[in-house]
Order: sequence, then structure tokens, then C-alpha cells
Amino acid sequence: MAGVLILSPFVVAIGAAWLVSRYPQRAGMLAVWPLAIAAFFGRELGGVVARGPRHVELPWAPSLGLSLAFNLDGLGLLFATLIAGIGGLIVLYASRYLAGHRQAARFYAWLFAFMGAMLGVALSDNVLTLFVFWELTGFTSFLLIGFDHERAEARSAALQALIVTGAGGLALLGAGLLLVDVSGTASLSAMAAQRSTIVASPFYPAIAVLVLLAAFTKSAQVPFHFWLPNAMAAPTPVSAYLHSATMVKAGVYLVARMTPALGSTAIWTSAVTAAGAVTMLVGAYRAVQETDLKRILAYSTLSALGVLMLLLGVGTREAIVAALVYLVAHACYKGALFLVAGILDHETGSRDITALAGLRRSMPITAFAGGAAAVSMAGVPLTLGFVGKDGAYDALQHAAAWFPWPLVLIVVASILLGLAGSLAGVLPFWGAAAPTHDVHDPGWPLWAPPVVLAIGGLAAGVAPSLLDGVVGAAASAAAGVPIDAGLRLWHGVTPALLLSGLTLAAITLGYRLRDTLRTRTWKAGYGTEEVYEGALALLNALSRTLAPALHSASLRTYVFVIVAWTVLIGGTVLLTDIGPSAAALHTSVAFHDVFIVAVIIGGAVSATFAQSTMTAVLSLGAVGYGVATVFLGFGAPDLAMTQFSVETLTVLIYVLVFRHFRGMGAISPGFVRIRDGLTAGAVGLFIGALVLSVATTETAPRLREYFAELGPTLGHGRNIVNVILVDFRGFDTLAEITVLATAAIGVRALLGLAGPDRSRQDAVDPATSPVFRTAARLLMPLLLMFAVFLLLRGHNEPGGGFVGGLVAAAAFALYSLAFGVQRARQALLVHPLTLLGAGLLIALVSGLPAVLQGRPFLTAVWPSGPIALGTPVVFDLGVFLVVAGVVLMMIFSLAEET
Amino acid sequence: MELLLALASGVLYAAGIYLMLRRRLVQLIIGLGLLSNGTNLLIFTAGGLTRGRPPVLAEGTAVLQQPYADPVPQALVLTAIVIGFGLLAFSLVLAHRVHDTVGSDDVDDLGRDG
Repeated sequence: MAGVLILSPFVVAIGAAWLVSRYPQRAGMLAVWPLAIAAFFGRELGGVVARGPRHVELPWAPSLGLSLAFNLDGLGLLFATLIAGIGGLIVLYASRYLAGHRQAARFYAWLFAFMGAMLGVALSDNVLTLFVFWELTGFTSFLLIGFDHERAEARSAALQALIVTGAGGLALLGAGLLLVDVSGTASLSAMAAQRSTIVASPFYPAIAVLVLLAAFTKSAQVPFHFWLPNAMAAPTPVSAYLHSATMVKAGVYLVARMTPALGSTAIWTSAVTAAGAVTMLVGAYRAVQETDLKRILAYSTLSALGVLMLLLGVGTREAIVAALVYLVAHACYKGALFLVAGILDHETGSRDITALAGLRRSMPITAFAGGAAAVSMAGVPLTLGFVGKDGAYDALQHAAAWFPWPLVLIVVASILLGLAGSLAGVLPFWGAAAPTHDVHDPGWPLWAPPVVLAIGGLAAGVAPSLLDGVVGAAASAAAGVPIDAGLRLWHGVTPALLLSGLTLAAITLGYRLRDTLRTRTWKAGYGTEEVYEGALALLNALSRTLAPALHSASLRTYVFVIVAWTVLIGGTVLLTDIGPSAAALHTSVAFHDVFIVAVIIGGAVSATFAQSTMTAVLSLGAVGYGVATVFLGFGAPDLAMTQFSVETLTVLIYVLVFRHFRGMGAISPGFVRIRDGLTAGAVGLFIGALVLSVATTETAPRLREYFAELGPTLGHGRNIVNVILVDFRGFDTLAEITVLATAAIGVRALLGLAGPDRSRQDAVDPATSPVFRTAARLLMPLLLMFAVFLLLRGHNEPGGGFVGGLVAAAAFALYSLAFGVQRARQALLVHPLTLLGAGLLIALVSGLPAVLQGRPFLTAVWPSGPIALGTPVVFDLGVFLVVAGVVLMMIFSLAEET
Repeated sequence: MELLLALASGVLYAAGIYLMLRRRLVQLIIGLGLLSNGTNLLIFTAGGLTRGRPPVLAEGTAVLQQPYADPVPQALVLTAIVIGFGLLAFSLVLAHRVHDTVGSDDVDDLGRDG
């Protein structure tokens, strides 16, 4: 149940695209599903508080030992509830915000896919599925950031986010593989128990660095922070969802999740604390310098992520509890503020805080949501923001060894953050008279979500004990030991409370001095974004230089390079490793062998230097017949028959095509021909030596004996080659006839490209000789009978579907030469394509009886009965039909080509 | 005999590669044909030669009498022959279509903007 619910957003994504494209007005209904999932997760969370974590598994690929394992513990479920719950509010909001957008359907599909990926990240217990979901969040967020893909700014922001977080994803994969190797398990919950092994491993520093790289890129920690403010190019609902409430917290989640297995070491603690502290300050400082609502909020989000990292880095019980409270508080107030910013943008057309003022009278509901969120962000008592910040102050004060520098820094950051919240949530509504144009509160789907979030933050602040069990369960999972959160409204007069008072006073002062703070403060000219862009530009320049040198777009260059390297490397191996084999040549030479080989070599030489296409084709035919004769002489009658039939048909096809080409004179200058001749000669030498070396090496006869022994017994056939084709390697053969069918359809399509379906006509005049016509008429039924005979005996004697199909095709090809293609088509009764399709279908169906018996597809089934008719024989009939259909389709369409 | 067939395979490869390095489409395809024949011969010969003893049981017998030709390379080559035919037919028609569209049978004319 839980597993299915976790994956359900992926299914809903498809349904959402359909629903919204059909009924754009009904998009808001989609909010019901995430809210229902959130309710389910909330209930599960209650269960965890009462009974402890739960583990669920969905089978995935049991044969590989893979399953989709989910761990429903406090940490994961807290995230999952936030993801689904806020997701539902965002969908409701978007249904109005994006109403009438022509690509709204796509938006919902991506948003739900993102939600599914995020739930997967939060609840996966397998480190590899965690990676898959992690990358899916990056991929879907790429699509969402670039949703307005007609704007270059959106495209480049999307790409930047993808590259930065994608690189982190690769680091996570590396860490995951190392972790599996070191701990011997892919389960995250089992890894926690292996902590001592992991930390003692020589790979531990690499694992820690890779995990933190993934977390820091995803959660936009300095120096990877620059992508987050740029991601504000996304539509506001996306910013509110991905870039405040959920996705950017995936990195924080990862650090919390891995702390039991990897944490509390010097490298882990110092890296997480330092990155968090720097990000916290940089983000807060930049936030108060901005005038764009969304950028203010983006930088303040950076800062909040830094706070969370800092607290996790400090890692005491109090710090972890404070981090989780802070996380919930932030999700509520920041989500609300983003949504308020979206409303302001939507209603007034501006997001500039210097242009917006006095809107509280015209949009009181929005003003309430903004104000309530800002109050929580500032940490005014009786809000959840206060509980989180107070807890953070308290934890950092107690964690300090000698001087509480993190405490000092967090107070500074909190002052700036509170100020940023007031700039975004209070300033636009306060102050002088309203602007002249008519502005009012939007419809309820727009104001309800921020109001719900803001009220949530207030309510939980009044009664923090409501969150006691939940936060306790989550903190226990993150710390690896049971923790009682002990959230209380009133702790007495503590140093933290005094610092909170100081913070609020400073925020009030800062609010008065806001313009000075914004304009008179130092702004960095360069940052890590420039480093990123420089590196990217360097890479692009490098590939622009390299690509033309490597990619010449000339087939002959590629052939030359491939061949030259093969000969060079292969030849070296042949000469050094194996050496020219001195083993005896097993087989004696008969007189007629010399003659056959002379025909092959003569044909090859003649084809190479032919001056007319006809000479070349006939020489090639001679080569083919020569090779077929070799097959015949050395115990391969099946090959010989197939090769003879193929050669005949090939010559026919060559002649049909080559009537369109001119002569064959050389184009290349002499020295090129000499160079190519030397290359080709080297290839020839290499191949000759290779054949000799392999043919004279004794190989173990295991495979041959296996087939020879099992062919007659298991395979019910005396022709081992045919048994291999239709039974042992039946699946390969199925793929091969599929390739053939594809080639034939390709030929038909290529010829059809010439223009609209022209009336079928004979482009090649039929033969007029009465002798030929009479012979053809007599031969055709005989050939067809022979073809069926070959098919039927194939399992026990030389023959089979391949050669049978070729002979059947040859019968109709002969008929078409004598009487024209139209008569041949009539004689065939069905279209070659039908033949081909029927053949494929028969071959497929012949594999099903085994499936019905619960055995693998295409396993041979031989029902006991008077006639030995097993599924491989039926399969061979399919092969027969496909081959005949393929050849006839090609020959008929070529002959009709003018 | 292995020596002779090695020679034949070598010549087929050399001729095939030489033709594939030419500029005419026709020669390219003839070269492809030679190359696939050469490859079939290579696999067949490399699998070991046994004169005149197909891997087919005589009627009424239960065991294949030694020596017999190795059926494994034969099964590989058999499908290769038929697939090679499909490949050849497809490339022939592709060349024909290219020749029709570009109006030239020189491979080097293909990359140029017409």
C-alpha cells in the first residue's frame, strides 16, 4: 500500500497531462491526490511515533535480488508528509496561477513526476534507488525551471541547475557504490549498523566527500549556491515548491540520513559546519541587498539551508531537534512568502519591493498571509519560527566548547533573515497610499495555500508540543539513537530567549535602515558562478577545437582509422601473444579445393578492378558460389544451400538496382589508390594470419559436444544446426528475423519516399522468350514444393526455414521475371508485408505455450502424440514466412521502381 | 587447406576494404558484399574444418559419429548469410535513393550542401 502510494504520482503525472489538456478548468481537482497521500503519510508518522519505523518492499527484479525497498521512519515520513502536503497546496495554487497557459498540461505532468521522485528520495531504503530518484528530481526540476522554454534565461538557468546538481548526483552514485562495497549492503538502514566498519575503511574519506558533494550541490551550499537564485526563472509555484519547501532540502535530508552511518567524524562535522555557516551568512547578506521579491526569498532560502547544515554539522541532540523544527517552520513560512510573491506579481505585475506599497487595504487576505509568514520568519514568540530559532540558539550555546562562534554567526544571520522576511512579507503591504490601479485579493485557490501554510506556522508555534512526537521520531532517525524532542512553549528566561529578544530589536532597527543596508553595502563583483561559467566556456572551446579533427564526416576516413587501428593493435597481439602458429595444418588439400579458392580469389580481384557494374556483380556472384562450395565440401550443407539461394537473389537485386548507376571508373588520384591498396593489403595479411592462427589452435570441444548430444534428445531433431537455430538459440533467431523484417520495411519506405504512391507498374520488361516463360511456369510449382519440403525436413535433414523461405521467394522472383511483377503479385495472393507479419506473429506465438507452462519464452514444447510436432517446428514456419516475405517485398518494390 | 582458406579470407577482406575506401557508392556496396563473404568464411574456417561430415545424425542412430563438422559456427554463419543479404539489399536501395536525390554517385559529394 505504502509502496504503491509512493510511486503513484508517476501514474498521476500521466493522468494529469490528459485531464488538464481535456478539461483545463478542472486542474485544481488534482490537488486532492497529494493531499490524500499526505494524510496517509501523516497517519503513518503517527504509527512510527507509537510503534517505530516500518519497512516495505515492492518486488522489482527478483532474479537480480533487486527490490524497491522503502523505509518508513520518522525522518523519511516527515519529509514525505511535507512534500505531499505542500505539493497539494501548490497544485491548487497553480490551477489558478497557470490557468489558460497553453502548456499547463505539461506543467502538471512534470510537477507530479517531481513529487514522485521526491517521495522516492525521502523514503528509499536502497542506496541505488535513492540515486535513481535523486537524479529524477534533478531531471524533473530541469524541466520545471525551464518551463518557459522560450526565454533564454529560463533555459540557461535550467541547464545550470541540471549540470550542478547532476554532477552531485554522479558523486552520490560513486558514494553509493563505495558504500555497498565497504558495508556489504545496499540498505541505508543496515548501513547505519555498519558505522564502525565504514568509518574505519580506507574509502571513508572518499565516501564522505562524495556524499557531501551531492548534498551541497543539491542544497545549494557555497560554493555551489549560484544556481538557486537563477532557478527563480521558474514559474512561482515551482519556486515555492522546489526551491523552498522540498527539493533544495534533499541535500539536508541526505546529510541527516547519512549521519548515523557516516557522521560524527572530524571531516564530516567540520565540512558540514563550515559549508553551512558560510552559506548561512552569504545568503542572508545577499538577501537584504535585493529588490526583487523572488530573489530576496531565494537568497534567504540559501541562508536557511545553511542554518540547517550548520545545525546538522554541530550534530548534538538539541541541534538535530532544532534543525528539524527549523526545517518545518521554514517550509511553512517560505512556501507562504513565495506564494504571496506570486500573488503580488500576478495581480500587480511587479515583484519590485521599491515599487510595491500600501497593498494591505486592497488585498487584506494576502497581506495577512504575508505578515503571518514574515512574523514566523523573524522568530516572534508564539510562532513555529520562534521555536526553531530559539532551539537553534540554545543548541549552539550548549554545544560550544570555548567560544560559541556558530552562535554569533547564527544571530547575525537570523537578524538579516528576519529583515528579508519583513521586506518580502510586510513591506509591500505597509506604507503610503495604494497604487492607483485597481488591485484586489485573488480567487481562493490562490490565497488559500499561503494562508494555510502561514496559519500552520502560527498554530504549531502556539502549541509546539503537537510536533513533539513527530520531531522526536525524525530526530531519532537522524541521530541513530532515540531522542525525546521536548518542545515547549516556555523554557524560562534563558540566554537563548534574551538573544531572541535582541534579534527582534535588531530586525526592527534594520527595517528602518533597509534602504541604507541595500544600497550602501559591499557587493562582490565575482563569485563562484564566474568560475563555473569559465570552466564551461573552456570545455566548449576545447570541444570546438577537437571535434572537427575527430569528426571529419567522411565515411572513408572513419573506415581508414578503424581498419588501421584494428590491424595495428590486433596485429601486434597476434605477433607477440599468440605468435604465428606452428601447429600442423589439419586438413589436407584436394585438387578441386585449389580450383574453388582460385575462383574466390579471382572473383574478388575481378570485382575490385571491374570497369562495369555488371562485371562487378558477376564477380561477386562467383565469390559467393565459391564460398558456398567450400561450405558444401566441409560438412555444412545447410550453409551451402542458403548461400546458393542468397547469391542468386543477391545478383537479381544488384541488377535491379545497378541499372540506375553509371560506370565504375576510378575517381581518386593514383597515390590515394596506392595508399588504400597498402591499407587493404595489410588488412588482408592480418585477417589471413588471424584465420590461420585460430583455425590451427585446438579448442575444447565442449560446446560442439553439448549440442551434438542434446540436439537429438532435448531438441527432437537430427540436424543439429537447425536445432540450434530454432530451439537453443531461438530467441536470437527471433531477433534476427525481426532485423530482416525491419530491413525490408526500410527498403519499401525508402522507395516510397520518391513520391506519392504511384500506380504499380512493371519497370522491368518481362522476358519474352517462350522457352523461358514455359520453363518458369513449370518450375514455379516445383520450386514451391521444394521449398515446403526443405522446411518440413529441416529439423532432421539439411534444410529449414531460412533456405526454404529463400527458395520460395526465388520461385516467385523467377515468375516475376517471366511474366512481370503484377502477375507474380497476383500469384502470391497476399501482399508480401502480410506474409512477413504473419511469419513474425507465428514465430512469437510459438514461444507462448512455454510461457503458459510457466517456463521461459520460446522454450521448446513437444506435445506427446503420433506426429512429432513441437513448437520449434512452428517457429521454423514463422522464419520461413518472414524470409519469403522479406525477399519478395524487396524484389517486387525494386522491380516496380522506375 | 586452412592455409588456402586463410588466403581466401585475407583476399576477400583486402578487396572489400579497398573498395570501401573508394568514392563511388557502387564500389562501396560491392566492397560490403565481399567483406560479408570474407567474414562468413573467416568464422567458418576459424571454427575448424572437417571434410564431408555434416552435423546431422543418420536416421535411426542416437549418437553423432566422430568426427563431425562443428555445428556452432555453422549456426552463426547461417543467420549471418541471411542478415548479410538484408543488409546488402538495404544499403543498395539506400545508395540508389541517395544517388537519385544528390544526383551523384561520389560519396564525397554527400557532405556538401546541395
